[in-house]
Amino acid sequence: MPHEVDMTKALMMSLKEWHKTQPQDRVVRVVRLVVGGFTCVEPDLLRSAFSRQKIGTFLENAKLVIRESPFIAYCEPCGKEYRPDIVMEYACPDCRAPMQEIRSGRELKIEGVEMDDGELAQAA
Amino acid sequence: MPTLNSIDLDISLTADNDDLADTNRQRMEAHGAKCVNIMSSPGSGKTTLLEATLEAFKGDLKIAVMEGDMTTELDADRLRACGAPVAAITTGRSCHLESDQIARGLDQFEQDGPLSRIDLFVIENVGNLICPAAYDLGEHVRVVLVAVTEGDDKPLKYPIMFHGADCVVITKIDIAPYLKIDLAKLEANIRTVNSTATVFSVSSESGAGMDQWLAYLKEHARVG
Repeated sequence: MPHEVDMTKALMMSLKEWHKTQPQDRVVRVVRLVVGGFTCVEPDLLRSAFSRQKIGTFLENAKLVIRESPFIAYCEPCGKEYRPDIVMEYACPDCRAPMQEIRSGRELKIEGVEMDDGELAQAA
Repeated sequence: MPTLNSIDLDISLTADNDDLADTNRQRMEAHGAKCVNIMSSPGSGKTTLLEATLEAFKGDLKIAVMEGDMTTELDADRLRACGAPVAAITTGRSCHLESDQIARGLDQFEQDGPLSRIDLFVIENVGNLICPAAYDLGEHVRVVLVAVTEGDDKPLKYPIMFHGADCVVITKIDIAPYLKIDLAKLEANIRTVNSTATVFSVSSESGAGMDQWLAYLKEHARVG
């Protein structure tokens, strides 16, 4: 069983806690996620796990929108950012210094949600 | 069409796991102990290395093992035979350990006496080079094993696992002469994804390199 299934469970649990604090008449339409390019998480597997797990829950009507954040490292000697090649090359392309600092690509988080506006929904 | 309200949140997908991992870490530290999380592919020699480690330390360093396996307790039984306290954690269909399972493992050890009797907790993770990389369990040190039989390109195929390691141990070094593996290349590939990890080679069978491994564990046991 891929870990994306467990991560989706964790996602639903976290949102459930948060949702309890919200007005209950508003429907969650979109869940926005960020998944970094240097994580072992496959966005397609998250999407399919979410589409199965949301059935019968408060997220049944929600769509999962995943933003993939690029893998970016920072080279201290050169004082600049670069994009490592995840297959073969992590060192700085200019000075060949080994990769030290990762500035982007490790993210795995819920960025936000989009919900119906309660009053407008009723008016419409 | 109703308008949508956009609400910004900032919730990590592993937040619950990571919080509990911190609790585990503090719990072990409060008893003066530290924790090592050992990860590798299936068959890299985690259990065999632990058997040799327990034999070598007998009495000198008190090690308790939390043994993650998908279904059986075969590995746990092997380590119990070495005289160490072992908590078997079967994960069922899941391919990695999470921090709540470690918390239960610690509970199990505590039923038999205070945790302060242990110098070092060792987690043998489920054999897998992908998922365990994403889960902090409360360890102080992450060790990744790679056997010479796995080829020299493993670190490039599983960069996230190797990048996260504090220590990479090349195992089964005694049979390297019979294989086509280029050890220098394997080490260079480890360095490519991780420039700071401690790297050394061992053979649990012949004992080669074991002194270095035992010294490393000793250095990372007990707080202060």
